[in-house]
Amino acid sequence: MNVLVCVKRVPATAGQITLTADAQDIDTRYLGFTISPHEECAVEEAVRMIEAHGGSTTVLTLGPEAATDQLRDAMALGIERAILLQSDGREWDPVATASAIVEAIEAEGAAGRSYDLVLFGNESADSAGYQVGVRVADALDLPCATGIKAIELSDGRATVRRQTESGWESAELALPAVVTVKEGLNLPRYPSLPGRLKAKKKEVERITPQWRDGGLEKVRLKLPVQAEHTVEILGKNGDAGAQLVEVFQRLRLL
Amino acid sequence: MVLAFIEHVAGAPTMLSLEVLTMANRLAGEMGTQLEAIAIGPNAAAATGILSSYGVSTLHVADDGRLADYAPAAWAHAIAELVREVDPDVVIGTASDRGGEVMAHVATRMKLPMAANCTEIAPGDPFTVIRQRWGGSLLEEAHLKGTIKLLTLAPHALTAAASPSRTEVTTHAFSPALDDKDFRVRLQPQVEVDTGKISLAQARVVVGGGRGVGSAEGFAALEELAGLLGGAVGCSRAVTSLGWRPHSDQVGQTGTRIAPDLYIACGISGAIQHMVGCRAAKHILAINTDAGAPIVAQADYAVIGDVQKVLAAVNAEVRRVKAGEPSRSPA
Ligand SMILES: Cc1cc2nc3c(=O)[nH]c(=O)nc-3n(C[C@H](O)[C@H](O)[C@H](O)COP(=O)(O)OP(=O)(O)OC[C@H]3O[C@@H](n4cnc5c(N)ncnc54)[C@H](O)[C@@H]3O)c2cc1C
Repeated sequence: MNVLVCVKRVPATAGQITLTADAQDIDTRYLGFTISPHEECAVEEAVRMIEAHGGSTTVLTLGPEAATDQLRDAMALGIERAILLQSDGREWDPVATASAIVEAIEAEGAAGRSYDLVLFGNESADSAGYQVGVRVADALDLPCATGIKAIELSDGRATVRRQTESGWESAELALPAVVTVKEGLNLPRYPSLPGRLKAKKKEVERITPQWRDGGLEKVRLKLPVQAEHTVEILGKNGDAGAQLVEVFQRLRLL
Repeated sequence: MVLAFIEHVAGAPTMLSLEVLTMANRLAGEMGTQLEAIAIGPNAAAATGILSSYGVSTLHVADDGRLADYAPAAWAHAIAELVREVDPDVVIGTASDRGGEVMAHVATRMKLPMAANCTEIAPGDPFTVIRQRWGGSLLEEAHLKGTIKLLTLAPHALTAAASPSRTEVTTHAFSPALDDKDFRVRLQPQVEVDTGKISLAQARVVVGGGRGVGSAEGFAALEELAGLLGGAVGCSRAVTSLGWRPHSDQVGQTGTRIAPDLYIACGISGAIQHMVGCRAAKHILAINTDAGAPIVAQADYAVIGDVQKVLAAVNAEVRRVKAGEPSRSPA
């Protein structure tokens, strides 16, 4: 079982977003970075698959040199190999991103490393194009399931489930396949200290793909307009019970 | 021509599809062209009645029994084939799980770019869209290229509105040349046991807990309040990461979007990824020790204090009122 996990480095925004002066990016000067949450689950799932079924795991990202941090985070959790598709800092749209990943997977195949399963996040936390996994699957002519929150492997097949408004739906995929996952697939483990130390020493393989105009061109970012708003402070600690009951009654909840 | 890809249940378009039709109708008006629709699956043709109130002139129905099940690649094949035949200027679908997935497959088949989760569309050259990033906490203005513009509309970017005048809708059934390969992935609904639990997405009251709840056990007070008010318990990502609650309780960008009458956020700081999950709440009540927490500024009501202390007092008061005793007047 050989699993490839594709992840993205995104800023760990919290209370608010500040944009750079040219409105081209989020101002990340005071922010940390993380792997997009859906893909953290993809990494965990890949590690569990190999623990259960044996095989090998590789993590891949398209991003700047600094994205090696996220590759090492994935290796600290148990992924064996890492590939950086080194970008020039520009934003790569979904078509450009998918083409670079397809080329990398084809190059892996040519070098005798083929994958039974390629995992993606359903959408990246930041640009959220909702299509890179599907594009890669179609280009490689592989079956593809998206938005998956449960994967079971047996006899060269993956049974996958995704949540709907009213419950679940499931599909069976013959491997090799592409699956895009959502947070909730599993609860990712925390890296161990030895895991971190080992990951630090590991080599990251680098490829420099060619940027291309994929046809979706970012012009500028902007923050949504927030409606004017006032808050009514109802009290402190234990003295607010009666006021809250009044609010519940006013909203006809009691 | 603008082509809208409609999702429906036995011919009744979903709410998100009505929003797509509303936007597509407006867009067709601005572009001085007509609006057509495509629907796939059982009873698709029954949609004409509703579509006539949304300015649709032709409903294309893919006629193949194998399309009754949801098979994303096959559905996309059908749409791509129609697109090649009728050559629309714009194809617009919903940003639901299915809508987004099918449109992505259409995009690869047509070798076209696609813009997901658009909230505004300005046709012309360049063709400009506003689309959501970060679950909607950030917007991007983008130029969408390609001979045919493919896009999905973000949920609730506008309110669905039928037009007062009705159109004559012609039904055009077509049989796409589907490939066995298109059916490699078919999604089958699974019968769920009804647990009787109120779902987070549908609850009128959600009592959400964050790191400030302190522990998994600390959620007992939230469970009690939710029970008293007939609501559901939610939580922040900090809480699911700590393993205190299952991910199915998580509210936010990578969790569930909620739309209750009242959201009671207990010990939650109000990170943007959490707030995008509860921005459809009609009212927010924050309970937090920190009056400066972002959630407090975004709430309608706030109580400054320790979650457990506040909830103990509130739960006692609600129990008293429910038992028919008068509420204690505020001190
Ligand atoms: C890409 C991405 C996606 C994300 N998706 C989500 C998502 O879907 N949902 C989500 O929730 N988060 C999401 N997050 C995480 C988010 O950024 C925050 O880290 C998270 O919401 C914080 O959870 P919290 O408010 O419980 O914890 P904290 O931010 O630690 O806040 C705890 C709050 O509790 C208060 N408090 C402490 N003690 C008490 C007490 N005794 N009584 C009362 N109040 C107390 C504090 O004042 C503080 O305001 C995402 C992050 C990223 C980067």
